[in-house]
Amino acid sequence: MSGTVTAVLGTDAPARLEVDRLLDDPQTRIVVCCGSGGVGKTTTAAALGVRAAERGRRVVVLTIDPARRLAQSMGIDSLDNTPRRVAGVGGSGGASGGGELHAMMLDMKRTFDEIVEAHADAERSRAILENPFYQSLSAGFAGTQEYMAMEKLGQLRARDDWDLIIVDTPPSRSALDFLDAPKRLGSFLDGKFIRVLMAPAKVGGRAGMKFLNVGMSMMTGTLSKVMGGQLLKDVQTFVAAMDTMFGGFRTRADATYRLLQAPGTAFLVVAAPEPDALREAAYFVERLAAEDMPLAGLVLNRVHGSGAVQLSAERALAAAENLDEGGIVDQEPGKAGVRGSGTTPEDGSPAAVDEITAGLLRLHAERMQVIAREQQTRDRFTSLHPEVAVAEVAALPGDVHDLAGLRAIGDRLAAGGPAGV
Amino acid sequence: MVSGKGGTGKTTVAAALALALATEGRRTLLVEVEGRQGIAQLFGTEALPYEERKIAVAPGGGEVFALAIDAERALLDYLQMFYKLGSAGRALKKLGAIDFATTIAPGLRDVLLTGKACEAVRRTDKAGRYVYDHVVMDAPPTGRVTRFLNVNDEVAGLARIGPIHHQAQAVMKVLKSPQTAVHLVTLLEEMPVQETADGRAELAEAGLPLGRVIVNMVRPHHLDEAALQAAAGKQRAGVAQALSRAGLGGARRGGLAERLVDPLLEQAAEHAERVGLERAQRAVLDGLGVSTYELPLLGRGMDLAGLYELATELRKQVSAE
Repeated sequence: MSGTVTAVLGTDAPARLEVDRLLDDPQTRIVVCCGSGGVGKTTTAAALGVRAAERGRRVVVLTIDPARRLAQSMGIDSLDNTPRRVAGVGGSGGASGGGELHAMMLDMKRTFDEIVEAHADAERSRAILENPFYQSLSAGFAGTQEYMAMEKLGQLRARDDWDLIIVDTPPSRSALDFLDAPKRLGSFLDGKFIRVLMAPAKVGGRAGMKFLNVGMSMMTGTLSKVMGGQLLKDVQTFVAAMDTMFGGFRTRADATYRLLQAPGTAFLVVAAPEPDALREAAYFVERLAAEDMPLAGLVLNRVHGSGAVQLSAERALAAAENLDEGGIVDQEPGKAGVRGSGTTPEDGSPAAVDEITAGLLRLHAERMQVIAREQQTRDRFTSLHPEVAVAEVAALPGDVHDLAGLRAIGDRLAAGGPAGV
Repeated sequence: MVSGKGGTGKTTVAAALALALATEGRRTLLVEVEGRQGIAQLFGTEALPYEERKIAVAPGGGEVFALAIDAERALLDYLQMFYKLGSAGRALKKLGAIDFATTIAPGLRDVLLTGKACEAVRRTDKAGRYVYDHVVMDAPPTGRVTRFLNVNDEVAGLARIGPIHHQAQAVMKVLKSPQTAVHLVTLLEEMPVQETADGRAELAEAGLPLGRVIVNMVRPHHLDEAALQAAAGKQRAGVAQALSRAGLGGARRGGLAERLVDPLLEQAAEHAERVGLERAQRAVLDGLGVSTYELPLLGRGMDLAGLYELATELRKQVSAE
């Protein structure tokens, strides 16, 4: 009995993610595309942007690290940290009026510099920008990119120039980094540790804190030993210069976090039908639920389909072997057994045609194996998270690097059904 | 060091390489640094702790050990070893100093991770023999690997004196020596190949030794362009008849076999397009002048048997040189 139930659960298709409804809904203000590396996040974000703009919305796409040709196709191959209008999308070019697409590529150092410049006077900000520790920090330790992506998202949202912001997330070691890193950086910059670095003397002034002070000077002493006195000094100088901005960092990180939880934000978890990518996707789905962040659904990229699913891999292979054997019989005397050597596809001899046909059948068998494997991987995800709506995007044979390709992806996203159906 | 763009299978390739290098009685250590427990998943074991643990036996009696390096634990060990910190270490942790050092402070985390790997490389037993014949690291992706490995520039520039500085220098000495090779895993697709080209240039600039480019998931090519055109053109009816002869139904218009022709041709056309793109990417790789190894795409997906298959394949290509 339970076996039957499992079987039913296993074959139950998940709800279809209605991409157009999500994009058309004026309440949708932010779409965040997240997922592990190499699953097509950037392409998905760009395709959603093109589609939304052509359906009449004023869209900005924030990309982190696009492929060169994809960036070129949107005219954002120059990295200048400012949204640029993408020519040929929406507006006069599109059927529906009013839509526009803007796109930008994140420059994390510049974004960090801008925060500093906005919050400190000229002299102080110069001191910060020239500090070696700041330079290293802003050029990219783990987390800066994530923090700056969220910072930029906050800025774009505050400008209110667009009615839809689509964000691509950084290629982190794990999809979850993108949620955690800003908080980590924010709490570091505001944390106790910074206070210790900054003001051991201040704390020591109070009699009751004497014991603590011994501990702290031992600690700064240790830190000095471990990091080298000069690095510690750079950090301390940096911290002193940033003093006015502290508090601000955590507040900003918290504000962005709340923005992500607000209605109007929709998360799309992007994955490919491979075990690693879907495992990451499952973690992310669970994490979003735990953080009360609104998940719109799963985009499953590069799903394979076939127009001949009625022909199983086994039958196709058996038929191909059948043709191989038949070919030997059909060979002219003297050529028997030597497959392929004397035949060309153009000569139309039965042996040549059999050979081509056997090739077609082997390709089909391979395709069916891929489909079965993908289906199995997907079913595993679906049985863990049956509540998650899914849009499947049929695999394209090549890379996408022009607007036509992005439109094609958009069409497939919106069709959303299993590939090949 | 095994790096590659996300999604190219660098963890799989690192594991296959560790197995291949352990063949015939040798011992390798497979190291993971990104806390993803990818090795455990690949070998079907429980999550790896922060200790070296045997996870596989290679053909011919070799052994593969695995270690998931945890930067925070590595730092505490390190502090304990050099400074006998005791409770001060716990206090530092409470303050967020360990967090600072392992996740925030630029480069420190990387020094700890590469430092631990270098320690394993240099470790000898009582008889003075190396404990591990090879250490294979599943390194961060191509986009970050140069920065990760080039700890000298990153940290020595910041910490110009002190133990971290010395540690960084000792690590760089191993990493820039002929003892080290940085292998880049790629697919025959535009983005991964582009990253491989960028990675190669960055490694060269940093003076880090590039090993091989490992082309992963290479598909077999079943049909050439000419055959495909013939099948779609004047041999179309012949294909339907061949399918029918093979027992797949009627070849007449609307027959079961005849209805297979279009979908099969469509799949073949996609295959041909992909083959063409792969050829173009292969040409780009050839233009880089790097030596490559090739690993096949395993149709049934990746499992332990597949891993051994890839290891055997690597072994074959290494010994063919």
